[in-house]
Amino acid sequence: MTSNKYAVILVYSTSHALRAEKVLLEAGIPCKLIPVPRHLSSDCGVCVRIERADQEPALQALEAARVVMERVHEI
Amino acid sequence: MIYFDNTATSWPKPPGVVEAMVHFMNEVGANPGRSGHRLSVEAGRTVYDAREVMAELFNAPDPLRVVFCLNATEALNLALQGLLRPGDHVITSSMEHNSVMRPLRALERRGVEVTVVRCLTEGFLDPVDIEAAIKRSTKMIVLNHASNVVGTILPIAEAGEIAHRHGLLLLVDAAQTAGAYPIDVEADKIDLLAFTGHKSLYGPMGTGGLYIGERVNLKEFEPLKRGGTGSRSELEKQPDFLPDMCESGTPNAVGLAGLAAGVRWVLERGVEAIRAHEVELAQRLIDGLRDIPGVTVYGGLDATRQTATVSFNIAGMEPSEVGLRLDEEYGILCRVGLHCAPAAHKTIGTFPIGTVRFGLGVFNTLEEVDAAVAAVGQLAQEVW
Repeated sequence: MTSNKYAVILVYSTSHALRAEKVLLEAGIPCKLIPVPRHLSSDCGVCVRIERADQEPALQALEAARVVMERVHEI
Repeated sequence: MIYFDNTATSWPKPPGVVEAMVHFMNEVGANPGRSGHRLSVEAGRTVYDAREVMAELFNAPDPLRVVFCLNATEALNLALQGLLRPGDHVITSSMEHNSVMRPLRALERRGVEVTVVRCLTEGFLDPVDIEAAIKRSTKMIVLNHASNVVGTILPIAEAGEIAHRHGLLLLVDAAQTAGAYPIDVEADKIDLLAFTGHKSLYGPMGTGGLYIGERVNLKEFEPLKRGGTGSRSELEKQPDFLPDMCESGTPNAVGLAGLAAGVRWVLERGVEAIRAHEVELAQRLIDGLRDIPGVTVYGGLDATRQTATVSFNIAGMEPSEVGLRLDEEYGILCRVGLHCAPAAHKTIGTFPIGTVRFGLGVFNTLEEVDAAVAAVGQLAQEVW
């Protein structure tokens, strides 16, 4: 199902994911909230999926908005 | 019917509030932040949007530091029980509601030292008296922003200045002011702000929350409740980050949908514009009531220094009788008695009888104020 064109940003909670989504959309970076893939975490929440090509500007935007991130995975 | 009980709960609600709740129940309805499917994410977005509008209203830099509770009482309990430990000293005022006094008295039995700074008979507080009460063990100053009995505004910004100068936390009970009076947690140096949704934020009952500023040490913060948060599910230990650490269990998402709509309405209308209308109403009411022989109006009698909550008594008539007759004979709905604030009534000299309280809101009109003044005049004429 997943191709290798995406990266996911893992955050601490759904609230953080929604905040990240807002920041990314405001920065014009497409993203989607998806359930955290099981092989990445046993968590039951959501994470932020972005295009792998957008990874750098996405992380810059999130850091500028002081959104706390857990880690980033390419999927 | 004239609804003058907005100090307890605002009614009616602005357009959009009920609609937002119906929309949530019919179209969203799922568990926020738990499951990851589209409806769950949408429900989570509803709750997150509510956080954002609260942060905007209070000029809070980080919406994730807004945690939702049932009401201001729960938020105050969270802040007080969460941060005060035996040996700590806390300063409060003699105008507080029992939502502050009762948790403090319970903490006092567990070894927290409480100083209640006496306010003036009008309900005002001199910030100098706060500073004079500070000692080495003082950890926090907790004040209501405005009295629920006489509406007097307490000097929050001055208290924030003092708190920061002495390295203390300032907890503000904004139950009476959030949405009705400007609040800026940054400018006023408010570390913790407790609010309720069902008064001047025009949301439903069962919504409220606590803004937790960055000076609050989360490592020392004990949540009231622990449980499922939808995050860190692999751990049996409570998460240590906001908002999850303070928000266990499925939240009142439908209520928060309504709260967000209410706050958006407040933001669109503008707190300053709402305030101007309420000042006009309150001054007209104060002046009208003061002109009636036998009527005593409590507080500062200056609407610019209080909220649109006005307490009065008719000499020779019990508040309960006044309230009943206003309801039955004039269709005026108000609240009489002690208003869950015995300390405030002791301060203004109306304990234990209490007062008749008119709580005006944004939807009240000058015509309603005039009708109420006329009704009180007729009742007073019977005994005077």
